[in-house]
Parts: sequence; C-alpha cells; structure tokens
Amino acid sequence: MSDLFAAYAEALERGDAWDEMFAPGFTLRQDYRPVQRALDELSLDDVTARADSMARTFLDRGVTFDYAGEERAWPLDIVPRVIPADDWEVLERGVAQRVRVLEAFLDDVYSTMSVVRDGVVPRSLITTSAHFHRAVHGFRPAGGVRVHVSGIDVVRDAEGTFRVLEDNVRVPSGVSYVLENRRAMSKGLPEAIGSVNVRPVEEYPRRLLAALRTSAPSEIEDPVVVVLTPGVYNSAYFEHTLLAGMMGVELVEGRDLVTRANKVYMRTTDGERRVDVIYKRIDDDFLDPLHFRSDSVLGVPGIVNAARAGNVTIANAVGNGVADDKLVYTYMPDLTRYYLGEDPIVPNVDTFRLEEPQAREEVMDRLDELVVKPVDGSGGKGLVIGPDASPAELEELRRKVLAEPRGWIAQPVLQLSTVPTLAGGRFAPRHVDLRPFAINDGHDVWVLPGGLTRVALKEGSLIVNSSQGGGSKDTWVMARTGAEARPAAHREPEPQVHVVGDDWPEEQSQSPLDEIGLLPEQQQQQGGASC
Amino acid sequence: MLSRIAESLFWIGRYVERADGTARILDVHLERLNGASAQEQETVTRELLTIMGVPQPEEYTLGSLLNTLAYTRASTHSVAGSLGAARENARRARETVSSSLWEALNTTWYGLGQHRRDMVGTYRFCHWVLERTAMIRGLADSTMSHDEAWLFLELGRSLERADMTARMLATRESEALGLSWVNMLRCAGAYESFLRTQRATVGEEHAGEFLLLDRLFPRSVLRALQDAEECLMALDPSYQRVGFMDDARRIVGEMRSTLEYSTPDQLAASLPIFLHQVQLSCARASEAITNKYFSRGQELSWVGEVS
Repeated sequence: MSDLFAAYAEALERGDAWDEMFAPGFTLRQDYRPVQRALDELSLDDVTARADSMARTFLDRGVTFDYAGEERAWPLDIVPRVIPADDWEVLERGVAQRVRVLEAFLDDVYSTMSVVRDGVVPRSLITTSAHFHRAVHGFRPAGGVRVHVSGIDVVRDAEGTFRVLEDNVRVPSGVSYVLENRRAMSKGLPEAIGSVNVRPVEEYPRRLLAALRTSAPSEIEDPVVVVLTPGVYNSAYFEHTLLAGMMGVELVEGRDLVTRANKVYMRTTDGERRVDVIYKRIDDDFLDPLHFRSDSVLGVPGIVNAARAGNVTIANAVGNGVADDKLVYTYMPDLTRYYLGEDPIVPNVDTFRLEEPQAREEVMDRLDELVVKPVDGSGGKGLVIGPDASPAELEELRRKVLAEPRGWIAQPVLQLSTVPTLAGGRFAPRHVDLRPFAINDGHDVWVLPGGLTRVALKEGSLIVNSSQGGGSKDTWVMARTGAEARPAAHREPEPQVHVVGDDWPEEQSQSPLDEIGLLPEQQQQQGGASC
Repeated sequence: MLSRIAESLFWIGRYVERADGTARILDVHLERLNGASAQEQETVTRELLTIMGVPQPEEYTLGSLLNTLAYTRASTHSVAGSLGAARENARRARETVSSSLWEALNTTWYGLGQHRRDMVGTYRFCHWVLERTAMIRGLADSTMSHDEAWLFLELGRSLERADMTARMLATRESEALGLSWVNMLRCAGAYESFLRTQRATVGEEHAGEFLLLDRLFPRSVLRALQDAEECLMALDPSYQRVGFMDDARRIVGEMRSTLEYSTPDQLAASLPIFLHQVQLSCARASEAITNKYFSRGQELSWVGEVS
C-alpha cells in the first residue's frame, strides 16, 4: 500500500468510527479496490499537484463559495467516497419514502390537519413552528407537488447503519457541487473513475426541468420555467447560475418579475412575458413583501396570491419549512406509519424533545455529552456539541434551552463514518456525512445516485459545513453489473425533456462510420509553401 | 431576453472594448513619456487624462497616470476597473454567456494583479490586455449563438470602439502629446492596413482619414458606427418604411452619414469638432438604448402597509 496510507491504520485504532474504505483489521473494502489501485501509483507530489490543479480549475470556472465575503475555490478532496450498490439501494428507497411522507404531511398540514385530529402529533407542534405560514393554508399548489426538490441528510453511525440526520425541503442546496465534483474528478483521478462503473449524475438538470414542467399549472401547454435567485451576493449564487444554465432557462431576480392580476410576468427586451413555474431559491420570509417581511427588496409583491390563484407554480412550495422543523423530524417514524402504513426504511437518530419535561430534565444533566440543535437552524448554525463546548458555552446553552424549550432538540454525539482524506501530506480519516437529492414530479420520486459528501477537514471534527471549514468529496455509487443489474423491464421511462450536455448519447450499436467506409481526407494546399 | 441580462451584455461589450482601447492609447504614449522631464510629464499626463475623459487625479505624475488609466480598480475608467466590471456583469449573466466566455473573463480578472506597476511592467500589462481582450472577443464570437444576447454584446463593443478610436485620434490633435501618424496607426493596429491602401504614398495626413472613414478597416470610426447600426437594425427590425422609431438608430445613423458625406476639406478643417461629436453621439445612443431596452419602467417597491 502507498506510503500515503502509512499512519492510517494507527489513526483508525484511535477512533471507533466506521471507516468507509477499510473494514476493521485494516482490510480494504471490496468496492474501494479501484480507488486504492489508482492511489497506489501516485506519490505525494502527484497527489498535491492534482489537488492544486483541481482547485485552480474551480477558481477559473468560478466554482466558488463565499467565505467571509471572499470567493474561495470549492474544496474537493481527491479520495472519493464510494457507496456499494447494495447500500445505495436501501438508501435510495429510504430517501424516496421520506419524501413521500413529507409531501403527504405538508399536504395535510395545509388542508384538513387530519394528522392532528387522529392524535399522531399535537396541534401545537404545527402552529408553533416558525415556518408554518397561514398565508398558504387552504389551497393545493398548481401541479399538486410541494416538495419538488429535497435534500435528506444522512450519516453512517459506528455500526455502519445509515441514519437520517435532518430533512431539507425548503431550499436544499449543494447539487451543483455534485455535478462539478464529478467533472473535476474525471480529470483528477481518471485512472480510478475509468476502471469502474460509477452511476452518472449528469441527468440531474434534465430531471429537474422535466419535474418543474410537469408541475406547471394544468392549462399551460409549453410552460415557461425560471430560476429565482436572491442575486449575486447569495452564497449559493453559483448553483443558481449553473442550474439555470444547464436547464436552459432564465435566471431571474425579484426585480425582474412583476405580478399583475394574479399572474406573474418577467420583464424582457420584448416587453413582459408570462412565467408559469418558478424554481424558488429565496427563503420564504423574503419572497413576498405582501405576506411576509415587508422590508424585503429581493422578493416579488403578489407572488403568493398568484400561486394561490393557481396561475403559477412555486417550487418548492411556500410554507415547506414546517416539515423540516427538527421537532417534526422526531415524529417522522410515526408519520411514516400514519401516512404510508410502512416502517421507516432509514431510521432516525435518537432524539430528545426538549419541550417534554422528562426529556428536558435528563438532557440538562447530560448537556456535556449530547449535541443540542435549534429546531429551525441550517448549515450547522447554533448547534452545540457538548463534549467540545466550554462550561461557559454550556451554561449559555442551558439558559437558552430553558427559556424556549420548543426551539431545541438534543441527540447523542454520533461517530460519523470516516473516509481517507488528504491532510498534512498524507491520508488521514476524516468524518463525512451525505446529502442525497431527490426530485418529485408528482408521479414519482427520483433520487440522484450519490449526492453531496461533505467532510470535516479538522481531525476529529464533526462539523462538515463548508461555511465552517468543511470540504467535499465526489460520491460514487457503484452500478450493478451483469446478472445483478435490474431487469430492463423495471427501468423507469426517461424524462421527455432533452437538454444537450456533454453526455450526448451514443446509442447506435454499430458505428455508422463502418457503413460509410473510407472517409475523405483533409485537403491540403497544392504547390504552395510547405513546411 | 431579460432586460437586466441584456444590459449586462451590453456593458460587457463596452467594458472589454474600453480596456482594449485604453491599453492601446496608454501603450503608445508611454513611449513618449519615457525619459521626459518632470515638467513635460505633467503636461502630457494632464492632456492625456483630459482627452480620455476620466476624473482628474490630484497630481499629474507618471504614477497617477498609470494608476488612473491602468490599475485602479475603484473606477471603470481604468483597464483593470473595466475588466473587473465586465467580469462582474458576466457573473450576473452567467447562465446566458457561454462558459468559455465567462471563464476567459474570470481568468483575466484573476490575472490583473500579476503585473509590475512601473513603466516596463505596464508595457507588458498593455500587451497582455490586448491579447486577453482579443481572446474574449474571439470566444464570444465563436462560442455564442449570434442571437439577441450576442447582438447586445456587439452593440456595446461597436459604440465603445467608435468612442475609443475618436479619443485615440484626438490625442493626435493635442500639441503636447505630439504623436506621429505612424505611432497613431500602430496604436490602432492599422499600420500595415493603411500602407496597403497606397494612400501613404500620397501623404501621412491621410492616416487620420483612414482611421475615421475607412469602410473596411474594423477599428475605424465609420466602420464601428456601421456595425452599431446593423446591430440596432437586427434587434428591432419591426418598422422599416418611414423614418426611425428607434432613437439610437437615428443618432448613430445621423453621425455616420455626417462623417460619410463630409468633404475631406471639411473634415481636415474641423477634425476636433467631428471627434467631439462622435463621442457625444455614442453617449446619447447609449442612453437611448438604455431607455428602450433596459429600462425597468417604474421600479416597483413595496413600502409597507397603507396607513
């Protein structure tokens, strides 16, 4: 094995996390063999040069994220995270099930609230959620879908079981980095990616566009889709441009849109043009100054009324935040049984509801060994990891929790699984999570094979957010080969929208060139200058 | 297309061309400044900055000239500032411009800081800028469909080019700058083309005519105005029978025909006035285009509940 792995076995001994590449006893897991073979050929210089070249390419292409007001190259580690086909199959079904539950829950919350009537959750759970918006109560959005795009964060615990950590059904971001990571890795580690059958990710924009068009208001024949961005200063602006570009639709800001008689138009050089589907990348609070924050300059006045009138589809629907409230998360197993009559395929992490006195009492005694999270936070904001916190921080936390128990949950500290990551001139185990992305077009839930693997770059750290110094890894889902592959009859039909990308299909079994025979040669200048 | 995006493209075209023109003008005048006395440097700097129409610095030294025309990022009058603004506009219109064009603008922007800010470094800098802007134009031309988006880019480029060539010619008119016709032509990259027209045998003074009126040389004022007119026509082909509905077309067309139909004597007698008119026309045309295509009409803003 390469020198770069010299100290890896020892490092693994120190922790008790599940390692994705090596089974206990430092034996290589089978699906990692091609990666290990490719890395074996490389010296530290090679690896560093490749890492630098990937960073430079990201910077030139503008694949950046905002860190303290500065554009930084997106951090991608050279060792991919590999997910075996069997594991993925479970995860894929689990994520799709989760999305169906969230969809049913939201539909119920904003209509009859039968879930409350039947005593599955208390009414206060819903009405006290900061993201439960009465402005969208009592109507079903055009197209009938609310969770068009979702990111379900999962982690692997010390036993190797995948568990859902949180649901993101408002504005889940990160998918552009999945696409860019794959592009970069095919140049960064071509030896490995060429030798294995990794499931492709390029079809995501096509799937998204197909789903958005499907969910357009029903009377529209050729719906106009736009992506709505808060603007160039948003940290995910790169993602907005990439998705709009790859779907071939306009990227609009709030000031480009205008509503009139409950219809939405965009201002173009040819005058105003009707918009039918808006892929919204703005927080609900800023979307419509008529209903939410009246000081918002990013939004479009009247857009919620247009949605209520059924003249425009907003994806994801307004008000979805009530479903990814972390307190609602704790009810997900019950909700799964209630709506689908199934048991959850991917389990939750055990969670204490701090509004319940008994749980609160237990947690208060053990604050220093638990992770405590605000229920409406994202991006790791406000989260406190007990073992790493100072006594003063814990005291502050205790005060906050007691002041507003509804706002907090607590979970045991999970040992996230590790993957070898380049750090300080060699590979060392670093903790990772995974955000698979799912697209729901109302008929079917499609899960992008893989998703965004984020990695904590500091040793032992569990914080993977890029805003807090996390990196990323390309995620390779292994395809089944030969007899294992799914029978063709079960394959889902391809979506009907085609955007020409660099994955132009080469489907003909026999090359047409064979039939033509000799090809005409290039012409050269006659009797002129020759070299 | 979206008005906001059209505006970004128009200004990408203008700023890239401005960087190119400014680099050319700076390059050719640096030669003369080299070795001049402090007194002379001050006069030349003052003249040059006045002709370029940039905000005047507090003192007129070589350093302030280089800073104002080449390096300051704080204003879009300098090369660096223009390229920065072009890149920022491309960032806002990123899903519309081709990824090659975006990448070229982006890497140019990252390359801006890699130059020594002295006389010799600035020569290299100007040369590098000419290469980069040529590449940006080439990529726009070959990787974008020649649709509406491209027309706005091209329109901005043409107007700015007419303006820049007019300023270039104006520096010839200044006593203090005392540029020779040969250098003037080299500045516009027109030397060989001019020689080939055979007019050089008649006299160097025809060089001015060439840069102003040649119908085939791409950087001449006339040709740039023609290009702008063609873009405007393609953008709004709706009404062709009587007159012009489009203010920008009227302004550009009027200027173009004034130049085209003036006699050589008229031009020679009052060249500075013509050059000034060209610059004014470009500015007015730009305003007319803004009103027609980019105007958001009355900007809607919600100011809270009615009390």
